[in-house]
Amino acid sequence: MQRVAITHVAQSPGVESKENLHDFTYQVNREVLDKAGLKRADVGCIISSSADIFHSGLSCANAFDWDGIGAFMKEGSRAEESAMSFIYACFRVLSGHFDTVLVTAAIKGSENPDNDAITPFYGDPFYLRPVGMNESVVAAMQMRQYMDRYGITEEQCAKVVVKNRGNALFNPYTHIRKRVSLEDVMSSDRIYDPLKALECAPKSDGVVSVLIASEDKAKKLTDKPVWLSGYGCSLDHFIPGDRNLLDGQLQAAAGRAYEMAGISDPRKAIDVAEVCEPYAFQELLWCEQLGFCKEGEGGKLIDSGITQMDGSLPVNPSGGVLAMNPYTSRGLYRIAEAALQLKGQAGEHQVGKKVKTALAHSTHGFGGQCHSVVILSA
Amino acid sequence: MAKEEYRIIEAEAVVPYELALGGTVSNFFDYLKEEKIMGKRCRKCSRVLVPPRSFCPRCFEEMDEWVEVGQEGVVETWVYINMPFYGQVIKVPYVSAQIRLDGSDSGLTHLIAGFDLTNVNKVREIVKLGGRVKAVWSKEKKGNILDIAYFEPVK
Ligand SMILES: [Zn+2]
Repeated sequence: MQRVAITHVAQSPGVESKENLHDFTYQVNREVLDKAGLKRADVGCIISSSADIFHSGLSCANAFDWDGIGAFMKEGSRAEESAMSFIYACFRVLSGHFDTVLVTAAIKGSENPDNDAITPFYGDPFYLRPVGMNESVVAAMQMRQYMDRYGITEEQCAKVVVKNRGNALFNPYTHIRKRVSLEDVMSSDRIYDPLKALECAPKSDGVVSVLIASEDKAKKLTDKPVWLSGYGCSLDHFIPGDRNLLDGQLQAAAGRAYEMAGISDPRKAIDVAEVCEPYAFQELLWCEQLGFCKEGEGGKLIDSGITQMDGSLPVNPSGGVLAMNPYTSRGLYRIAEAALQLKGQAGEHQVGKKVKTALAHSTHGFGGQCHSVVILSA
Repeated sequence: MAKEEYRIIEAEAVVPYELALGGTVSNFFDYLKEEKIMGKRCRKCSRVLVPPRSFCPRCFEEMDEWVEVGQEGVVETWVYINMPFYGQVIKVPYVSAQIRLDGSDSGLTHLIAGFDLTNVNKVREIVKLGGRVKAVWSKEKKGNILDIAYFEPVK
């Protein structure tokens, strides 16, 4: 089969940007092209990821982004979810029609209201919105069931924040670089009890751009191509009350990705994982469903230290979404970070072990309605 | 929002929508006006869904049989919300829950109230996973989901 590779990545610095979205997008896209030694004209196709009204204050936000991405007068398309943009970009290369595709996700979270004010609009206007639903409400419902069913403690959930915010200290491209203690997390406001304020991701600015190429082209552009070896995606039902919040679609998505990559034991095969954890406990639940530990053992997993930066399966060495949450861009950030780990170019947050296979995960929707899993290899 | 030292322009997008309820949602709301909670049964999997849908999202088959369910049910999960945000429709603090009504096979998202909600620790003593709650009706019916004002714990 034809192969497709990530050749180069660029990310905006995590702090809030004073630039407008146009200029902010241009800078990162220009950087990735410069790194690859390409001109805009050399790129075959462009796929973008952005969100309209609610996250950009713009209708048809991609039309506004086109200029900054360098997408004008080219073949291109868009998805909101950036992990999906990534796979569309891979498809375009695998179609054989394009040697290179640039995929970009852009958002300025600092410019719009809190996610909690935006995510009620996921809900339908008949049954869900009038009773005060949003993403955090469903996450907290999921957390209470998770703790109750498996005896996971609030401290074990809080430990994820301590780990990820600690890792973020070593990532210049993340948003919040401030260490927190277990006590800080546990004593932070119970804003969605049992969820505490520090267990909820912030809202961030973030442009990330990934250059994707065919096998022949990738080998010409870089001596460290990162190969796509597996992908899976699955969406659960819409109404949260129809779903088992503790057994969603992540296992299905991961199963497809592992099958494609020929992975039978993910705990052994995966060297590092970038997991999308907008709420702390979700890292534990997602790790179970990714097969990193047995069902109900997410708490033991964090206690064991295995997922620490120097552990045998580091999870979120970048600091994850708890340190930086550029909403629709966050999936492509996970993919870019996984690629940097495989290239050995993650800088101060490069994990200690040799990385041959990395996993990137993205999720959106109430309580992880939608999951994407990407397996990359050196 | 952006920090003050950055030059910003304030913008707002306000646009009205008129969203069709469709037959099933309309009928459900009409039943609520009569203080009846009705679900729909799937002819294939025989599950009863509350709130009702016109088709079963699991079987992808039409649901055409209306079934009255109980006004009491079990708390499947719940959350105490004490976070104000822009556009919030319910005043904080409030308790949101998934409630499986007797005779229903899905969770209905609604509010639990009817007692002092100011202290989360006290609320934790009253609202329990698996605890029973019952519907409290709004006096004035508007034909929407809040015709059930909230659910209150059964003593
Ligand atoms: Zn059915």
